[in-house]
Amino acid sequence: MTMTITEKILASHAGLESVSPGQLINARIDIALGNDITAPISIERFQKAGAARVFDKKKVVLVPDHFAPNKDIKSAEQCRAMREFAHTYDIEHYFEVGQAGIEHALLPEQGIVLPGDLVIGADSHTCTYGALGAFSTGVGSTDLAAAMITGELWFKVPETIRFNYTGQRQPWVGGKDLILYTIGRIGVDGALYRAMEFTGEVIDSLPMEDRLTMANMAIEAGGKNGIIVPDDITEAYVKDRAKRPYEFFKSDPDAHYAEVIDIDVSQLEPQVAFPHLPSNTRGISDVGDVIIDQAIIGSCTNGRISDLRISAEVLKGNRIAKNVRLIVIPATQQIYRQAMHEGLFDIFLDAGAVISLPTCGPCLGGYMGVLARGERAVATTNRNFVGRMGHAESEVYLANPAVTAASAILGKIAGPAEL
Amino acid sequence: MKCAGNAWKFGANIDTDAIIPARYLNVSDPDELASHCMEDENPRFIKEVAAGDIIVADTNFGCGSSREHAPIAIKAAGISCVIAKSFARIFYRNAFNMGLPILECPEAVDGIEPGSHVTVDLLTGEIVNKNTDQTFKAEPIPPFMKQILDDGGLMGHIAKRS
Repeated sequence: MTMTITEKILASHAGLESVSPGQLINARIDIALGNDITAPISIERFQKAGAARVFDKKKVVLVPDHFAPNKDIKSAEQCRAMREFAHTYDIEHYFEVGQAGIEHALLPEQGIVLPGDLVIGADSHTCTYGALGAFSTGVGSTDLAAAMITGELWFKVPETIRFNYTGQRQPWVGGKDLILYTIGRIGVDGALYRAMEFTGEVIDSLPMEDRLTMANMAIEAGGKNGIIVPDDITEAYVKDRAKRPYEFFKSDPDAHYAEVIDIDVSQLEPQVAFPHLPSNTRGISDVGDVIIDQAIIGSCTNGRISDLRISAEVLKGNRIAKNVRLIVIPATQQIYRQAMHEGLFDIFLDAGAVISLPTCGPCLGGYMGVLARGERAVATTNRNFVGRMGHAESEVYLANPAVTAASAILGKIAGPAEL
Repeated sequence: MKCAGNAWKFGANIDTDAIIPARYLNVSDPDELASHCMEDENPRFIKEVAAGDIIVADTNFGCGSSREHAPIAIKAAGISCVIAKSFARIFYRNAFNMGLPILECPEAVDGIEPGSHVTVDLLTGEIVNKNTDQTFKAEPIPPFMKQILDDGGLMGHIAKRS
């Protein structure tokens, strides 16, 4: 029986020869992730169940990144609950402030998630790790509690949509634009309950960090997971990071797909998602005059070193507009240090940006960079729902790092070509 | 299991930031979360919702974040059941895992007005709009999900199995 990569990973973790879409399985978990917002509820459920230990202290990962370093007293209590749990159960991968970073940038960087893994996380952007050829999906806090106790979880095997990207990418068009365009095309529930498998010549040559950006936003189309069949680019990324064996799974050439969607990227411009849905996309030349108050470069979607390099390339020698606040957020400590060593911080500071410690912070409007009534931000983040970055009457426009940097300079949403 | 209450109608793609804005996620107390439920989407909701009331929404209800705070806030607000044309998958999982009854029924969503008195039989999936006496039949809860509900949610389910 032929299978997709998603089906093969699920079958192997369920101890089955094969699985097919719709089938309910119990599967073994390689990594179970929680953060300072979701883990406290899991911990409560874990304790209420009277569990004596976690199933494997090497396979549970806890990262304080959303409201940490503690933004207020209530957040401090949540972070403390997670910290105490991590110490009590001797969790190997607990990342204290100072080692932590945005979880979905941190785990691939540290080689904690690897090709062929089955990963669950109590955070919807857990789908990011599909870029490495893992099956990785977001779940809730109760699921995480159950996984921490038993080391397994139930899944319904999803159907897969295959996206086939062909053609030549235009300048300043990256993974963010490919995925924004895709979400715009199929809608915010266009892949509901389904796997999104990204394939084609464009993906074959796409750098790993752009792949991570694409898989990261599969959830914005309702996808259960986003996934890319691992290749030489994957191998180059993981070989020096992995501290345990990993396995490359590949879709069979004649595997069954619920749908195949062909996308020719040759004419694709940088994309901007207008309020208040990630699917509300337009090409940069159709944006019109959108004056901005704030620009954010960072997040689990676009806070990696390549994102900072692209931003610096655009910002170099420029000053941001007088009425704009630009916040740059390196996603992890390692990225922070690297950006500093490469001289990117000087470029950001000279341009008039402020550089933040690694945090999810403004992406979800809870912490630093929150918008006032009527304010507008362009951001490299992943969601632009009503009130996502602050006041219910504020607006968020999603874009790639180059567009966000150029917009900060010009004071309105614009691409680097307009500089 | 039966639910009865007045309908609160919502549109398509009600995301978890609308259900419970992230700025309130520094707590996990159900009552405190409930006090901000739907605050940006419909400020009247939390002031006027009565125990037993039913949320009736269009497609993709609960999209966005994985926060279980969303079904927790809805349940603690007194909502007895959510009927939608479709649910985002993490919300769907979370609702069963923590014991918030949900049903998919596009016809009922179109046939229920805001404030209509609605009764729901969770076992049969029968939904009645008492104002018009129209009856709708929801997709039955899949047997596996029913088992989780019967076990009192996922934690009860795994306790029973082990």
